[in-house]
Amino acid sequence: MIDMLTIILILTGYFFFFATTIGVLRFPDFYARMHAAGKGDILASLLMLTGLALYNLHHFSVNQLLVSLKIMLIVMFIFLASPTATHAILDAGYESGVHPWTKEKKTEDKRE
Amino acid sequence: MHFIYTFLLMFGFWIILSGKFDLFHLTLGVISSGLVALLSHDLLFKDRTQKNRLVEVSRFVQYIPWIMGEIVKATLHVVYLALHPRMKDLIDPKIIRFRTKLKSKVGRVAFANSITLTPGTITIRIVDDEYHVHALSRKVADGLPGEMEERLHRVFRED
Repeated sequence: MIDMLTIILILTGYFFFFATTIGVLRFPDFYARMHAAGKGDILASLLMLTGLALYNLHHFSVNQLLVSLKIMLIVMFIFLASPTATHAILDAGYESGVHPWTKEKKTEDKRE
Repeated sequence: MHFIYTFLLMFGFWIILSGKFDLFHLTLGVISSGLVALLSHDLLFKDRTQKNRLVEVSRFVQYIPWIMGEIVKATLHVVYLALHPRMKDLIDPKIIRFRTKLKSKVGRVAFANSITLTPGTITIRIVDDEYHVHALSRKVADGLPGEMEERLHRVFRED
């Protein structure tokens, strides 16, 4: 039962990582790519690490519980750090004057 | 009061990380978290206003399920766009600016991170009370600041 749940969680996380990586490659500009890079990470790593924490509780003991708690602390850290890192990278791009891709410019912007 | 909060936080962290419950390790934990709390209790909780912090924390905990739902929606949205064959027709990115009514620094940071976590929007920077936000489409741009600001306003209940 727990095995099934773990497999589902990890595969879903894997799928989200995969899809957002495709997103990073396909989106038209820096800002839109950060949408993919910043958001996919959080949910995907949340799912995968929750899966691992659950799997770790297979043979229940205090030590295993502590390891699972540590894994959940990693999740919490990612939860706080990921949006902040996204924000820092975006701010650096904004500061150095990266222009966002817009619909109107689509015809003339053929440089890529 | 700040000292006790910091001490409890540090000691809880110590217990989770050490995982040993004999007297020796617990004493070491008490000594080191006491030392850290003594040195830095005015750093962690910088806000000196006399508000009831426990109430604020509990209200923030109530906010978490909603933001988790938003994270799921945001990721599905990005995945849908990333895998859509005609993705460039669907998106219409632009940068918008708006002012917030949140006053505390923690509230503003929470709001900025929440914007980044919700579908189609990421915060670029905050200048005083003005937010610069990059939105993937016009539809999500119109939805800001909206419901989220209301919720955070209730969490940090300011005057």
